[in-house]
Amino acid sequence: MTKKVHLDHAHLLHLLKAMIRIRHFEAKCVELYQAQKILGFLHLYDGEEAVSVGVMEALTQDDAVIATYREHGQALARGVDPKCLMAEMMGKLNGCCRGRGGSMHFFDRARRFYGGNAIVGGGLPLALGVALADKMQRRSTVTACFFGEGAVDEGEFHETLNLAKLWRLPILFVCENNLYSMGMAVERAEADTDFVHKASGYRVAGEKVDGMDVVAVESAARNAIDRIRSENDPYFLECRTYRFRAHSMFDAQLYRSKDEVEAWRKKGPIVRFQTWLEANRLIKPEELAAIEEEVDKEIAAAVAFAEAGGLEPVSEVERFVTMEAVPS
Amino acid sequence: MNAPQANAAARMTYREACKQALREALLSDPRVFLMGEDIGRYGGCYAVTKGLLEEFGEERIRDTPLSESAFVGAGVGAAMAGMRPIVEIMTVNFSLLALDQIVNNAVTIPHMSGGQFAIPLVIRMATGGGRRVAAQHSRSLEGWYAHIPGLRVLTPATVEDARFMLKGALADPNPVIIFEHVMLYNMEGDLPSDMKVVEIAHAKVHRAGRDISLITYGGSLFKALEAADALAAEGIDAEVIDLRGLRPLDTKTILDSVAKTRRCVIIDEGWRSGSISAEIGMRIAEEAFFELDAPLRRVCSREAPIPFAAHLEDACLPQVATIVAVARELVRPS
Ligand SMILES: Cc1ncc(C[n+]2csc(CCOP(=O)(O)OP(=O)(O)O)c2C)c(N)n1
Repeated sequence: MTKKVHLDHAHLLHLLKAMIRIRHFEAKCVELYQAQKILGFLHLYDGEEAVSVGVMEALTQDDAVIATYREHGQALARGVDPKCLMAEMMGKLNGCCRGRGGSMHFFDRARRFYGGNAIVGGGLPLALGVALADKMQRRSTVTACFFGEGAVDEGEFHETLNLAKLWRLPILFVCENNLYSMGMAVERAEADTDFVHKASGYRVAGEKVDGMDVVAVESAARNAIDRIRSENDPYFLECRTYRFRAHSMFDAQLYRSKDEVEAWRKKGPIVRFQTWLEANRLIKPEELAAIEEEVDKEIAAAVAFAEAGGLEPVSEVERFVTMEAVPS
Repeated sequence: MNAPQANAAARMTYREACKQALREALLSDPRVFLMGEDIGRYGGCYAVTKGLLEEFGEERIRDTPLSESAFVGAGVGAAMAGMRPIVEIMTVNFSLLALDQIVNNAVTIPHMSGGQFAIPLVIRMATGGGRRVAAQHSRSLEGWYAHIPGLRVLTPATVEDARFMLKGALADPNPVIIFEHVMLYNMEGDLPSDMKVVEIAHAKVHRAGRDISLITYGGSLFKALEAADALAAEGIDAEVIDLRGLRPLDTKTILDSVAKTRRCVIIDEGWRSGSISAEIGMRIAEEAFFELDAPLRRVCSREAPIPFAAHLEDACLPQVATIVAVARELVRPS
């Protein structure tokens, strides 16, 4: 199963660091939110880090990514500069979208990061188009399309899977099944809670993977991408995960118990991976300390960058409503 | 295909003009491809794309299943990733299933991404009533689309515009929707021999006149022209403005005309409340109020879903007689 993942020491530390970076970045976002430096919605990825870290490891820089509105983790794992992301969170001109998108709409053309999308399911048809464009331009790339299990209930999911299979597009569908869409528990929303089975209704092959295990996700994603390339077909990964925090900062979490959340926290992707590394003596305490220190420095630099950023002049607000040219 | 050359003077139908425009686009840019329901094997539900599949093959003439949202969204994604898709939605009525992709993705991504992405996408759809096909096939919602910043909304009314507007639409880096009125496909017209492209940003004074401006677009243009002929017989000299596009609105042409004639009727197949005619009227009120010698008037569709029965449908849509009556009353108040 893990044959494709080279679990050398450096790689293990890299995975851990990538997850810690997301966790610490978001912890800082919460602080800034409480200080009212970040406004609006804030959807945390806390608990789901293994999913995007694992999947992105399997992509090359030429591949494309379609993200959701819960995309801090997806963007960081993709290698988007935390500085631009933090500045975007704060609505600054030096943010990745000049402060027009905010936390739900990170875009990074250079990394082929085609955006967070705040319409549940709205990104799926875009993935079709990006994959189709690549195929028609004879690029052998894969498009990874992230979405929550809530998106599966939208018609766009079904239309997209059908077309992806029909047109044999190289798309990796990554369903982040964190068991809730806002307060709607998966078993209350689905007539059939087996998403791999749903995908198979469109003859899209897929598998379930433990989304709390970063190595398992990376391994599954690598196998999936090999398969996409060799079989010339889309593939579906259902990553079983859990969000430890509220849906957004406005959510009182009346729909689930504290005990349930606590029980899942114990199975968290970072604590689990780190414990495993420690138990097998694959990480030294000073290495862990160094990772945390480096990450915190990076994030402090990102905050400083964001704080120092200016604001887009109001006179520019209509700029890019219509474009003067297609950016090259 | 024995289509006449683009630059040869020719008489042809609006349908044929649309097809030639598509064909020229496919021939001149390998990034262009067509996508939509029944555009290939069937030949297009209005036969606009007939023959293109044989000529260009399945990769570029892409039949889609009934998935408006997915294939319009795929057009958005493909435009983001370097292609120049032309997506056909059978009629504006069905575009409602793709509204999310048009309104939330196509027009927001360029702005929201801080200009990192443009969406050079063309969406064609048929619009309008008059074919006795009842409410769910007869809507005129182009005014809705004109409400949305970031879209360009074109309404070719003439064979010439059907033939040459597409080129301008494809050259535009923004999402462009082209509304083709269903009653125009069989209409014949002449193409000027020297024409290559029409300027998509401007309205056109289709018929010059002194006494009153009839401002319209799309399928209503010919009703307005007929009305102008009838008015001429009564000694009223009407100017007819073809807007040619609803967003951006060419306010200057409108205001220049009204400043000259001092009276105007706006003819719009959309419903009156909140329509593009309301927008045009308000712009005139804002910018040319003191030029007016008479109140602003409109001829719009009756505020009902368009009925099936012929007499009811006719009663709902703008008609020549109504345009004439309203115009006459403004010029010669009783
Ligand atoms: C089309 C649409 N309907 C409703 C919403 C409001 N909404 C935002 S997030 C959300 C739940 C989505 O759940 P899921 O797809 O499972 O993703 P998760 O939040 O669990 O990551 C809802 C209903 C929306 N953004 N878009």
